[in-house]
Amino acid sequence: MKDKMTLILFSGDLDKAIAGFNLATAAASMGIEVVIFFTFWGLNIIRKEKKVSRTKGLKKKLFGIINKGGVNNLPLSRFHMSGIGTKMMKQLMKEMKFPPLAELMKLAKNLGVKFVACTTTMGMMGLTKDDLIPEVDAYAGAATYLANAGQSRINLFL
Amino acid sequence: MIKANAELDCLGLYCPMPIAKTVEKMKELKPGEVLEILADDEGIKSDMPAWCEATGNEFLAIEDENGKFRIYIRKKEAK
Repeated sequence: MKDKMTLILFSGDLDKAIAGFNLATAAASMGIEVVIFFTFWGLNIIRKEKKVSRTKGLKKKLFGIINKGGVNNLPLSRFHMSGIGTKMMKQLMKEMKFPPLAELMKLAKNLGVKFVACTTTMGMMGLTKDDLIPEVDAYAGAATYLANAGQSRINLFL
Repeated sequence: MIKANAELDCLGLYCPMPIAKTVEKMKELKPGEVLEILADDEGIKSDMPAWCEATGNEFLAIEDENGKFRIYIRKKEAK
């Protein structure tokens, strides 16, 4: 049986997303089948820059305004400093010839990593399929995650 | 001295890029052929043997030239 790994990307922080995709690409390079579940703030990683869908309800609408999505809008978990720290980190990564997160995600996709979006949190945040990038392979819930995790030897929560 | 059939320059690249590039490059090689990889990220000393072990390719040697590593791996035979 092929080795399998699942990752839950709960966090929408840039550093955690980089760590997750670093592992995902390395695992896929080793021939491991990788599935990433994006839930809660992690959905921001696979969101389009601009919200497309119209949200009903004031709470969800407000959420859509303050909770920015898109791979290029993610903050660092520490030293974000209104964006200054995050900008510096991105420059540093460039100097190190380390690919930006968007590139790392493309690489993961080319290596066959599967992206799964959690439908419960999509609903909670007023997001529809149209708000997420087309690279998402599936929309699912906890049972799908657990079924995948049960077949995997490596399961990580970020 | 090991004779390589192809070379891959990973100087200045950090994990996981050397491994990801190795996967791509190995597709161009025939089974039994040797790839020479140049890298300078310390982690590669552990990562390349681990990758070979996981994928069934053969790790031949690593030469350390003052922090610049020259790695030789052989592509596995097709089953």
